[in-house]
Amino acid sequence: MLEIIRQPWPWYVAGTLIGLTVPALLLIGNKHFGVSSSLRHICAACIPGNISFFKYDWKKEAWNLFFVAGILVGGIVATQFLSNPDPIVVAAETTKDLQALNIDVDHELMPASIFSVENLFTLKGLIFFVIGGFLVGFGTRYAGGCTSGHAIMGLSTLQWPSLVATCWFMVGGFAMVHVVFPWIMSLVG
Amino acid sequence: MKNKIDNLNATSLTSSHPVECEAPNDQVATEGLIASNLKYMVLGILFGIVFVKAEIISWYRIQEMFRLHSIFMYGVIGIAVVVGMISVWMIKRFQIKTLQKEKVIFHDKKFHWGNVIGASIFGLGWALTGACPGPLFAQIGSGFLVVSVTLVSAIAGTWVYGLVRNRLPH
Repeated sequence: MLEIIRQPWPWYVAGTLIGLTVPALLLIGNKHFGVSSSLRHICAACIPGNISFFKYDWKKEAWNLFFVAGILVGGIVATQFLSNPDPIVVAAETTKDLQALNIDVDHELMPASIFSVENLFTLKGLIFFVIGGFLVGFGTRYAGGCTSGHAIMGLSTLQWPSLVATCWFMVGGFAMVHVVFPWIMSLVG
Repeated sequence: MKNKIDNLNATSLTSSHPVECEAPNDQVATEGLIASNLKYMVLGILFGIVFVKAEIISWYRIQEMFRLHSIFMYGVIGIAVVVGMISVWMIKRFQIKTLQKEKVIFHDKKFHWGNVIGASIFGLGWALTGACPGPLFAQIGSGFLVVSVTLVSAIAGTWVYGLVRNRLPH
């Protein structure tokens, strides 16, 4: 059994479990699935400033903070106790494309040539961590949600603005990978 | 445009929820801060395990998706949406109540230009970091501690949005 769990889980298992999060949250306590709201609650709890957008009773929404803390703990559990002993399998074409950009496909979930502490105070670190994170945090809140709130919860409840947002998530992603990313790698590679 | 923004602000002051909170708590019964929230942490743990075990948090998976070299992420999101849709349909059809016997509340989302502009900005960041907000937390848990910087920066991004919100097109 543990052998099976240790293998990478197929997409239909993962997709089903993620989809079930929607009714689980609704039925446990009338909560709406959405992860990026946690970032807003952290702002409201820690650094509300004098900004009306962060002045609300964040404690009422604290369930969301417990949920994301759980995701972090889940990451620890899965990696410490259930991890796959074999190297990650990446599509051959993607591997080739990345190598052409000087990114080695190694054994971990994330390429060490980018996601390592040594890069923290380099241009690479500035772009991938600081600017990348900023785009995620600013973009999701401006969009009114992320992949969970719009693509999964929004589409599940047939909200057309969520369909619009999901399409533009993809447009942004394609633009990054095919247009901006080669330029970034020529800068920092 | 100005009226629209005034409306947005008005809601934020009168509503018990933060305006447009996309993941609101609609439960009427009040909950203790720690004890009753622990169940959401358990759910989060399961969710985090799925993220890691299906390698959804991998930067490579996001690259494959946007290079159209793998159907994996499309399959994950597609199935999740179908399962979510069926679940929501069943909750509405059979009027399934929450554990506290409350009616499940759904909200309609209103279109605003952030659904286009903000969504594109997020898409750029998603492909660059290889993570949407959920996987950020799971990546840190998986030992990629440097992602904490990405998370702090994402919080900063959210904060700056709050700061300049009234000056952005919505």
